[in-house]
Amino acid sequence: MQLFSDSFITAFYLIISGDPDLFEIIFLSIQVSLTSLLGSVIIGLPLGAFLAIHRFKMRSIVLSVLNALMGMPPVVVGLIVYLYLSRSGPLGFLSLLYTPTAMIIAQMLLVMPIIAALSAQIIEDLHSEYNDLFRSLNVSTTKAVLAYIYDARISLLTVILAGFGRAISEVGAVSIVGGNIDHLTRVMTTAIALETSKGNLSLALALGIILLAIALGVNLFAARAKYWVMDKQDV
Amino acid sequence: MSDANVTKTQSEFNLLPIELCSVSFQKSGVCLIDGVSVTLNSRGITVILGPNGAGKSILLRLLHGIEIPNEGTVLFKGVVADETIKRKQAMVFQNAVLLRRSVMENLSFVANLHKPQKPSNLLELLAEVGLAEKQHMPARRLSGGEKQRLCLARALVSQPELLLLDEPTASLDPYSVQMIETLLIKLQHQNTKIIFITHDLNQARRLAEDILFIHKGRLEAFQPTDSFFEKPDSEFAKAFIEGRLIF
Repeated sequence: MQLFSDSFITAFYLIISGDPDLFEIIFLSIQVSLTSLLGSVIIGLPLGAFLAIHRFKMRSIVLSVLNALMGMPPVVVGLIVYLYLSRSGPLGFLSLLYTPTAMIIAQMLLVMPIIAALSAQIIEDLHSEYNDLFRSLNVSTTKAVLAYIYDARISLLTVILAGFGRAISEVGAVSIVGGNIDHLTRVMTTAIALETSKGNLSLALALGIILLAIALGVNLFAARAKYWVMDKQDV
Repeated sequence: MSDANVTKTQSEFNLLPIELCSVSFQKSGVCLIDGVSVTLNSRGITVILGPNGAGKSILLRLLHGIEIPNEGTVLFKGVVADETIKRKQAMVFQNAVLLRRSVMENLSFVANLHKPQKPSNLLELLAEVGLAEKQHMPARRLSGGEKQRLCLARALVSQPELLLLDEPTASLDPYSVQMIETLLIKLQHQNTKIIFITHDLNQARRLAEDILFIHKGRLEAFQPTDSFFEKPDSEFAKAFIEGRLIF
């Protein structure tokens, strides 16, 4: 219990003292996670919508692959990205290894399948419900997709939150491709792993508490937004 | 809904005659519509009757172009339906399909697809079906009858010349049935061709100018209402009217 109380005190002190190193880590974590999430949504949502409303030969295979990728081990993703971005790799000339960009790419590979596969399922359900109506009204595919995304916004928000959760809590891939370099690629999860290995458990726990607070805060905000919209629109 | 909104002059009304020419439709190897040929020429309400599973809904969907016949064609004034003709049609489905939005947004969605209309016009439409006061309410919280009336109002946003209704009054209370029937009669007087499915023979007697009876995907009778109920052309139709089981 002493450890926990010390950790809370340490976390509280670090926050109110405005520790620049801590805030640098927090900001980089949020920046990397939100950027990878944004990229994943930009690619994953239209991909999910496409898979939901179009029937083609390889569709079930693509969906199966996406579903399998949802459970892809982060260290494997990290390893693949590492191999591609390392100097001898096919994308080595970009010199992206051990940069936040490499971490964003790795996280996108982890988050995008979640966004695409889950949104495909949600939009497919809505598509089967609306399809006759939209065909009757001669609604174009683009307008139909926009309508599906708008009407399924609450469910899709939950999907996006799941993606954010995956991104912000990820450690394996970002430590491989980011290298956990101080003031460059150190994020909360890799810092926690490092401080734990150094035996600095108070700081590790303090970072963990802050990480939990961020995740909790985002989810509480989303829950409030969800119930507000549900109350308004009964979606 | 102002009369000016929906009244069409004779010259504007250009979907009749509606012809089904040897239309057949199969799904998963099962023949659901079998060589139906009929010409609908009347401006009055046409009611489609038939037992469950006869193919009534499929026939309506074929007319609307949602299903494509395997054989035969559906012609409107001699031509196959193109985008322009499809835009002149609207359909209300048996199960009310409502967008997960407010009552008014369900109408404005359709209005924005065609030509944006003033909110006051849409409000008039809602008033016509008794839903003006619920314009801001989530559409899914409406009762069954209200949902069906909203679907009807939404179908009227595009001011269709041909209105197809699949059991619009099934399991509704008498008030909702009366409200929908009154609206249908008004639309008919404004030169909207209405084709609808019902199982209510009294409703068919009240509203229909002619009746199309199908059984097992085949057209069994197509007669003026009085003639259909007095002396139906088909034994199946006679049995149906008398409430006997038909196989």
